[in-house]
Amino acid sequence: MLTKRIIACLDVDAGRVVKGVQFASLRDAGDPAELAKAHAASGADEIVLLDISAAHQRRATLLDTVRRTAAELFIPFTVGGGIRTLEEAAAVFSAGADKISVNSAALADPALITQIAERFGSQAVVVAIDAKRSSSKGSWEAFTQGGRTPARRDAVDWAREAESRGAGEILLTSMDRDGTGAGFDCELTHTVSDSVRIPVIASGGAGGAQHFVDVFRDGHADAALAASIFHYGFSQISELKQELAAQQVPMRWPC
Amino acid sequence: MIAIVDYGAGNLTSVKKAFDWLGYECAITSDPAQVAKATKVVLPGVGHFASTDVLDRSGLRDAIADAIARGIPFLGICVGMQWMFEHSQESPETRGLGLFNGECERFPASVKSPHVGWNSLQINPASRLFGGVPASSFVYFTHSFRAPLTDATAACCEYGGRFSAAVERDNIFGVQFHPEKSGEIGKQLLRNFCAL
Repeated sequence: MLTKRIIACLDVDAGRVVKGVQFASLRDAGDPAELAKAHAASGADEIVLLDISAAHQRRATLLDTVRRTAAELFIPFTVGGGIRTLEEAAAVFSAGADKISVNSAALADPALITQIAERFGSQAVVVAIDAKRSSSKGSWEAFTQGGRTPARRDAVDWAREAESRGAGEILLTSMDRDGTGAGFDCELTHTVSDSVRIPVIASGGAGGAQHFVDVFRDGHADAALAASIFHYGFSQISELKQELAAQQVPMRWPC
Repeated sequence: MIAIVDYGAGNLTSVKKAFDWLGYECAITSDPAQVAKATKVVLPGVGHFASTDVLDRSGLRDAIADAIARGIPFLGICVGMQWMFEHSQESPETRGLGLFNGECERFPASVKSPHVGWNSLQINPASRLFGGVPASSFVYFTHSFRAPLTDATAACCEYGGRFSAAVERDNIFGVQFHPEKSGEIGKQLLRNFCAL
């Protein structure tokens, strides 16, 4: 049976993980390579590395960070944050990423999705959508520039277009829930998930095991991503997966 | 030396990295002469079935067929495994190697496609490729077309119906999933192949 994926996200600034997870075994809790390896050992199904560095710092550190992180990782590895061109994507792939995630650049130039998909395959292209609830009921707007700028695009409509242009997965972040720990936005997630045929990764709002159960059952998510939840309640992904497996959510457990 | 055949389809970094990590000498090559000299041949592949047309034009198809005929262990991964069948609905005019009968087909509309994620296997206990791999292990898939079940199916998987997750006969092996992305299980499988 196809399992629901638990994805650990590393937010990286200038080569260091911010909001890092505390693993007692690590020498350096800010090192992306060490953290990724620890998450994989603990049962993460996938690792996403999101570079949140300022643009001028990004080029210098990102490829080196990707190379070091990929070196000992044997689960799927997605890299996102500031990838604007096919050439930049190609460099990130050759450093060891399996998939790249594009957000603002794809909204600015949707043909970028097709260009990357044609060269590296759709399975390698994740389109990240930052969605915020709009004033009209049951609709969400996509935002760019790390959630700072409204894209004037309906999020569901944009997800459909991304699929038709060759995206292999949608990484859907609820801006309303992100950082709150109040649970994923199941309404947003199932609205998008039911509108496309490609897998949808839910993100934003994870605060406990029940939130994951809810987003898989009610949100129709194929995968769920979290970063800071592992600060609160769960020191290890293995604990979360055991609890979800006990609630009959199909999990890769034991790994 | 293990030849990892590069025919311009996607990114071979992670396949090479896995063999490097396991300590086996390997090289990415698009040269039929290198394939002819290899002790093992791996054909990875992500992307479209039509991309395997390059194998025909470049002489790699003949080099691979010749290596297989000489008993050299061969492993096809993802589209590389699909190419071991006769055809794929993804590109009907493209000719597979035809080592196994049948055509790769689309997933039914009842399930999301591509099939992405970790799915469990039903493993034929006689398989050499899966030696030491626990029954119903999970491996990582990402594909939109699937190979039919055959009498050479070494592992099958269920997603909108059952399909071949792995095939095995004599010195030829194919896996639809990505062993290089399937954690410890994937490493064990690559170790088994390297030890043949």
